[in-house]
Amino acid sequence: MTKYVIKRILLMLFTFFVIITICFMLVRLLPRELPTDKNLAEIMQARWDALGYNEPLLVQYGIYLKMIFTKWDFGTSWYVQRMAPAWEVIASRILPTVLVNLYSFIISVPIGIALGAFAAIKKNKWQDHTISTLVMLFVSIPVYVYAFLVQYVFCFQLGWFPLTVSSLTDAGGSWLSPTMFWSMMPAVISLCFGQIAGLTRFTRAELTETLTADYMLLARTKGLKKSQAITRHALKNAMVPILPMIISTFISILGGSMVIEQIFSVPGVGQLYIQSIVQRDYDVFMMDTIFYTFVGLLAGIVVDISYGFIDPRIRMGEK
Amino acid sequence: MENLNNIPREKFQFADTRDISHDKKFETKPVGYFKDAWLRFCKNKASVVAAVIIIIIVLYALIVPLCGLPEFMDAYYARMSPRNLALRNIGIATGGSTNEYNERSLILNYSLGAAAEDAEGEGVTWEEGLSGYYQPVIAVKSSAKSGNNLVYTAEVDTYLAVGFIYHSITQQEYADIISWQEETGKQVLYPLIAENEYNIDKSNANYWYKMITRATPVNIVDGREVQISYEDLQSGEAMLEDNYMRDENGSPVYYTYTGGGTVETAMYRVRVLYYNYYVYQNGFEPQYLFGTDSQGYDLALRMARGIQLSLLVALCVSAINLVLGAVYGAIEGYYGGAIDLIMERISDILSGVPFIVVATLFQIHLAAQLGAIPSLLFAFVMTGWISTAARTRTQFYRFKNSEYVLAARTLGARDRRIIWKHIFPNSLGTIITSSVLIIPGVIFDESMLSFLGIVNLGGSEMTSLGTLLSDASSIWTRYPHLMIFPALVISLLMICFNLFGNGLRDAFNPSLRGVEE
Repeated sequence: MTKYVIKRILLMLFTFFVIITICFMLVRLLPRELPTDKNLAEIMQARWDALGYNEPLLVQYGIYLKMIFTKWDFGTSWYVQRMAPAWEVIASRILPTVLVNLYSFIISVPIGIALGAFAAIKKNKWQDHTISTLVMLFVSIPVYVYAFLVQYVFCFQLGWFPLTVSSLTDAGGSWLSPTMFWSMMPAVISLCFGQIAGLTRFTRAELTETLTADYMLLARTKGLKKSQAITRHALKNAMVPILPMIISTFISILGGSMVIEQIFSVPGVGQLYIQSIVQRDYDVFMMDTIFYTFVGLLAGIVVDISYGFIDPRIRMGEK
Repeated sequence: MENLNNIPREKFQFADTRDISHDKKFETKPVGYFKDAWLRFCKNKASVVAAVIIIIIVLYALIVPLCGLPEFMDAYYARMSPRNLALRNIGIATGGSTNEYNERSLILNYSLGAAAEDAEGEGVTWEEGLSGYYQPVIAVKSSAKSGNNLVYTAEVDTYLAVGFIYHSITQQEYADIISWQEETGKQVLYPLIAENEYNIDKSNANYWYKMITRATPVNIVDGREVQISYEDLQSGEAMLEDNYMRDENGSPVYYTYTGGGTVETAMYRVRVLYYNYYVYQNGFEPQYLFGTDSQGYDLALRMARGIQLSLLVALCVSAINLVLGAVYGAIEGYYGGAIDLIMERISDILSGVPFIVVATLFQIHLAAQLGAIPSLLFAFVMTGWISTAARTRTQFYRFKNSEYVLAARTLGARDRRIIWKHIFPNSLGTIITSSVLIIPGVIFDESMLSFLGIVNLGGSEMTSLGTLLSDASSIWTRYPHLMIFPALVISLLMICFNLFGNGLRDAFNPSLRGVEE
């Protein structure tokens, strides 16, 4: 098992390195623009010279890697937050993104699993048909449509929530304050629809499969009640594929949803990404790319490894 | 026995062909793989309905641009509500928008209808204005007290509420309008407004009656200003007093010279009723079934173009992915071993790059040279084929060791023949399904990218549903139709393609055969 984990991690690091290298080359090939302010332009030009932005590409890449490994310096933000280290710029944005997604995650996981299990138990009855139809609708409708609907109904018509997320100063200087929580709710609700629907569909599919398995018949014949058989045997086994999926969702929480952040102006990583493109702030863009790539790869690898921990069949097979 | 080798020829006789028992021919037609899939697809009602809706949307996108809808952009008629003259009578698509008005702005809206009835400046009663064809106010729904003032909730025809505008035209056009007016009986030119103390905003051609600060209408009684209220006007106790520019004889002035040039060539500054000016220019009354977008294009047409673009991109991507993924996956799966390992690594790396980063980099690098759509296509294809390839690969792993492949190989078939003639047709159903299921994803990604502004697909000739939504995103609480129609169409597209794809998947899966019965 350890050997497998190490192998997977090394492979992931290799993939990560290759992707970052390619992205770095493509980003550095882009022409850089100086601001119109002459003094500022001179300062920035001087900085760029000092940082080796005019050297050949490979030399630049060498410098970039060296700075990361020796000083944890991912470059500098030139426009989004002038002259601030790119790492700090993104670090300050991670928390809002994580919070919004974490809330929606906490809401949608229990509801999703419960609905999925209910639909599976009531398979081919009207309850199942209703849930399955709704799931089909909710999975398909794009997330920004929910965002608009939520914004219209809850924020505009009913006036329960503010239209956009409060700024940090309005919310008492803390991301965890009640005001902030309340203003994040529209974004959270919009995210929930899709997540619940996805999880319901997945749970239903897995559970219907385990419900028809032979060991369920055995469990019933040896005298277990239907509810006992379902909770002790079927649900437990259905969890094997569901849990890794939940774990991967949990990790991709870091990535967040760019569209939701844009609509509700959540000052998160996704909004930063858009800002960095619009303002042509390439070091921040690079930083964001590294972040997204890392999160994506991490989610994949964690799923694969967690299968090994959760599923005894895989664990035993390894020995 | 007798000599069997020499049986005389005469002893032989023809066997009766009828006696030979043949295998009976099937009376029913054979049901092949695709025929079977088709039959089972038809049984799935939801998928059939989805397919029908997709066809309707496609037809909409293809036919609407040919219907001769106005293709121009009209800045005065931007963000207008849906309006159709035939449906207007039954209360749908009236062009109306329900908003709150205070007393003064309600009077202003009502007064536009009155002014339109009176092109000669002879005075018009409130009643005449109410029943006029150009009356913008459709209905006052309610009034509520807010502080000291009444606030009216009224439905107002947004097209007519544009009212009058100042316009510079050539003398030739002026003459044309005059003759057009006589021909059709429709009034375009209206008296100019006097620039005196009762005209509080000289750029607003709608302030045609005497008013003082904050657009409060007044009557002049014995040289003193008397404010008049909405009730006065309704009861007929007071009339709006026009503030038209008049010559020495007291008849209203319809144009003034503007700009340089001689008397013969100078431009005329005129005040036109925009609704009729539109009719004069285009030959038809403004009616847009879905309203107009934030720039003033017909939303029905823009949506058709958006759907065209979405479908075009989605179909191209899915076709290219199908080809690339099938070839790549076939080679991977068939040869296996080191080739498989290396190719898997390559696709691993490509799939590790977040799609949004690929799309962004392609846009920044290529959009200037190739245009937005080709670079978008490149970005989609760059990572999109991987899932198809993976599917094909598993199919090939499944089939390559089966007996019929062994048989083919024993008979001397070459690799290429085995791949394309023997294994590929068997995995075709799965591959086609996966490439259909790519379509909703592509539509979503494309609309998301244009919504976020990463890809710029807006233009006079084309647009994307995502662009329409992003244009609407900041103003749509006032103009809900800007959001509702594009969002509805894109949701329908996504739902239908998902249902359709799922139906295909079930139909192409022989193991599900007979499960439903």
